[in-house]
Amino acid sequence: MVDATHGPDAHAAEFPDVELYHPRSWWTRYVFSQDAKVIAIQYASTALAIGMLALVLSWLMRMQLAFPGFLTFIDAAAYYQFITMHGMIMVIYLITALFLGGFGNYLIPLMLGARDMVFPYVNMLSYWTYLLAVLVLVASWFTPGGPTGAGWTLYPPQAILSNTPGQESGIVLMLVSLILFVIGFTMGGLNYIVTVLQGRTRGMTLMRMPLTVWGIFIATVMAMLAFPALFVACVMMLFDKLLGTSFFMPALVEMGELLPHDGGSPILFQHLFWFFGHPEVYIVALPAFGIVSDLISTHARKNIFGYRMMVWAIVIIGALSFVVWAHHMYVSGMNPYFGFFFAVTTLIIAVPTAIKVYNWVLTLWRGDIHLNPPMLFALAFIVTFVNGGLTGLFLGNVVVDVPLSDTMFVVAHFHMVMGVAPILVIFGAIYHWYPKITGRMLDNTMAHLHFWVTFLGAYLIFFPMHYLGIMGVPRRYFESGDISFQPPSAHDLNIFITVMALIVGAAQLVFVFNLIWSIRHGKPSGGNPWRATTLEWQTPETPPVHGNFGRELPVVYRWAYDYSVPGAAEDFIPQNQPGTNPPHSEAPRKRKGTKP
Amino acid sequence: MVVAVVLVLIVVGSVAFHFLSPWWWTPIASNWGYIDNTIIITFWITGAVFAAVVLFVAYCVWRFRHKDGQKADYEPENKRLENWLMGLTAVGVAAMLIPGLFVWGQFITVPAEATEAEVVGAQWQWSYRLPGADGKLGLSDTRLVAADNPYGIKPDDPNGHDDVLIEADYLHLPIDKPVKMLLRSVDTLHDFYVAEFRSKMDMIPGAVTYFWFTPTRTGQFEVLCAELCGTGHPYMRGGVVVDTQEDYDAWLAGQSTYAQLYAPEVLKTATID
Amino acid sequence: MSVVVMFFAIIAGLAGWWLARQRLTVKPWLEQGVIEGVPDFAASRDPAKRVGLGFLLAVIGSLFALLTGAYFMRRELGDWQPLPVPPILWFNTAMLLASSIALEWTQRAVRQRNQTQLRFGLVAAGLFAITFLAGQLFAWSELAASGYLVDGNPANSFFYLVTGLHGLHILGGLVALGWAGIKAWGRGGVDSVRLNVELCATYWLFMLFVWMVLLSLLAGWASDFVAFCQQLLS
Repeated sequence: MVDATHGPDAHAAEFPDVELYHPRSWWTRYVFSQDAKVIAIQYASTALAIGMLALVLSWLMRMQLAFPGFLTFIDAAAYYQFITMHGMIMVIYLITALFLGGFGNYLIPLMLGARDMVFPYVNMLSYWTYLLAVLVLVASWFTPGGPTGAGWTLYPPQAILSNTPGQESGIVLMLVSLILFVIGFTMGGLNYIVTVLQGRTRGMTLMRMPLTVWGIFIATVMAMLAFPALFVACVMMLFDKLLGTSFFMPALVEMGELLPHDGGSPILFQHLFWFFGHPEVYIVALPAFGIVSDLISTHARKNIFGYRMMVWAIVIIGALSFVVWAHHMYVSGMNPYFGFFFAVTTLIIAVPTAIKVYNWVLTLWRGDIHLNPPMLFALAFIVTFVNGGLTGLFLGNVVVDVPLSDTMFVVAHFHMVMGVAPILVIFGAIYHWYPKITGRMLDNTMAHLHFWVTFLGAYLIFFPMHYLGIMGVPRRYFESGDISFQPPSAHDLNIFITVMALIVGAAQLVFVFNLIWSIRHGKPSGGNPWRATTLEWQTPETPPVHGNFGRELPVVYRWAYDYSVPGAAEDFIPQNQPGTNPPHSEAPRKRKGTKP
Repeated sequence: MVVAVVLVLIVVGSVAFHFLSPWWWTPIASNWGYIDNTIIITFWITGAVFAAVVLFVAYCVWRFRHKDGQKADYEPENKRLENWLMGLTAVGVAAMLIPGLFVWGQFITVPAEATEAEVVGAQWQWSYRLPGADGKLGLSDTRLVAADNPYGIKPDDPNGHDDVLIEADYLHLPIDKPVKMLLRSVDTLHDFYVAEFRSKMDMIPGAVTYFWFTPTRTGQFEVLCAELCGTGHPYMRGGVVVDTQEDYDAWLAGQSTYAQLYAPEVLKTATID
Repeated sequence: MSVVVMFFAIIAGLAGWWLARQRLTVKPWLEQGVIEGVPDFAASRDPAKRVGLGFLLAVIGSLFALLTGAYFMRRELGDWQPLPVPPILWFNTAMLLASSIALEWTQRAVRQRNQTQLRFGLVAAGLFAITFLAGQLFAWSELAASGYLVDGNPANSFFYLVTGLHGLHILGGLVALGWAGIKAWGRGGVDSVRLNVELCATYWLFMLFVWMVLLSLLAGWASDFVAFCQQLLS
């Protein structure tokens, strides 16, 4: 089964791909590297580092909500700066960058049997542009007025009015940083897409790709089409702020003074923002869907249930997510008749999403479930994602959204569904692939401690928070203690949530310590500790060296989910193992052995 | 084992929390009980799904956890089962969506007999304007806003002269009379939100938005701003008082009109003539 | 809005057409062995670069489609006063067209392996494109001199925004063209620039198309056309 292009005879010493980039010095190997694996680690480290800042900001916000006045340096301006930076960092600079820049870079070439991304140089530029975007964002802390406090949605006109902190330069740096991020992401995204389309090894048809790659692939396509909306919105807002144009700025009297703007439409910004913003939710969710499918399948030793349906669902969700954006704007004052259309599309998207959930849990059915840390996080993902997804049915249903929008219910919902759930997947994925990246296992005891505190703590933070929203407590309140309808017990709940948030945050320090400690002290893992089928576990070296697969690229003979194949010697068959499976009927087998 | 128990506890705990928690919506004071009903329907459906999925996972984790010699089944897919689940989900979604859309249709259809009341948002206070004796609100423009014309009312529009202005005070509304709230902002986005009325809508400078409701309970209710409007956002509070008709009439008689308060020049010339 | 809908409908159509040919309905667990038809990446990277450019154009298309959508939404808001189209835009359009034609001609030179013509074509395309950019800057200064400042009216703001973003994209294209030039004067010979020229020519054609759309927008024809369509519908 070896042909001329892939055979060892064709190319004696070097890799067959003569165009593959080769590092010449320490600098080009580890810093300005064009190797996707190094870029992945750079992306992931940067994202996690800036994410720690966002975590600390969430502590400070929670301290203010539970113990107002205790931390005297938090005034209203600082509080709004914290919520803005926390939200923006978590959504864009942490989760998006980590899923696509981190996992995308590491896993796409390895899982598809490629030596590297197709455009390694552009890939490197992508990381450095991203880093520049992060630095510009961080720089806004050191400018007069500090970072912007416009809320992560940056709604004009407030975002550039004088009663918003960071109005001096923070908002400008935020917009510039976002523009840089979009440019950097586009460079990376081209790589992810074209590598999936053109870089697959022999035999790797689309329907043999692991769902991780499917998720990242479709998410990247969506991001490429949706990020231009953010780009346009940011550029236009920069014009409004710096050049005094009136794209989004209507005539308004601020503190008794008529500003020179006239006629602009704040709603136009909201349309552009959410045209990016809603696909963004699925840009985060689809990689998580893909990764969690692979985690569940591998650790339940069972093929993912309904693979085809899973692929179709990813594609359909990706397409539908472009026609639901205005469900963020039900009470924005837009034409109320839009509400009918967007409520219908929004609730339709629940069907393919539900299918994915069913298929995950049906994969567990009659599996052989190993409760390793990645599996634990995958189970926790199911719980939190189902919870957050179901509360989405409240907010997507236009009339139910009316009392709940802009309340703590929304905060609880989106934290559960696109904060906690994807981050649990990120954790599971790191526990899963860390052995491949470093050659060592993460410490199991610390992993369990991290898991239980994070999962239960996060659930205890965000589940009760919904009820504050149902009561009517608005979000983005610097102080909410004096709201008339709020019983004193609501404040006790706030204190409880804050304490849990501090504990959960502290547990992340255990995780970071584990990450660093295990590089040297972890148990050596071997090449395929989870006995998984996909190609990244079949590399000749662990961690994989430059070029990934030695002299010969692997050839793919089967799909990614041949676990527990009846009649096979082992409970997994790697994708690059030739030979046919023992014949079996397609109908589910009768379970045997339990009854005499 | 522990995992399965914890998963069951999550379901039991969540359901128990739902029924026992002291934090629930405020007693309703408007006609939008329909919205509450839709939320209840949604709670039942989503709650059942959540419990079913998580309990199923718990069962699987308990029943199929790894033991020596155990081998997983091989079942790539089961179209019949998937189609059934898809159909059931579609039915569940429709059961939430259809009542929701029905109520939304009512929410955006203002009854003909509804009276108008205008809310003007400015950082960070609420002001109100009622149409006065002629039942019509005068035209307004943000560009006219000034110290002697905080609402930006067009002085040459005669409809505006008898408009009742309520500045830095509570708005009163008569009970059981549908009212269309016209929402306007002179500076930035705000959102007029009264939890007891179950309705809210953003206010956009340069545009007039609206929603309608019928107050069904007398009392005093707090107005909150629900759209971030700068550092004073949480302090942007106001009040609405729902009165019986007699109390309302008495209150209204004590209010001042635009002409009385700001004596627009045009009006003066008109009276001289 | 309809521009955005149209653009995304086209993208969705292309994606659907492509997906429909990818055997997405096979049952992968029933097939073992090598299935051919997967692009052979090791053999050549050329197709990857073409596909990459295709996606880049989709992204740029999305950007300008959204910008056009925003243009129409903002134009509805009453305070819009169209500004006169500076006559130099016609000259600039001709320059961009000439630049694009020069690149097509260069492609022919590559096919005929004529190095002199190749170099000449690249220089001509570059010069025409630079003239286009200079002309756009001149149009800006002319407008500014006649009092049409960027913050004057949303129509002005859009003019500067749209032409500026388009110009930046041409500038980016010039970097790629410069790279092709370096290769054309290098040791690699004609064959080494074949792909660069091809990609530049495609990019130029696309940017020409975008410019035509933007010009029709700025000149008001697009609005007339939309109004005409609305009349037809109502």
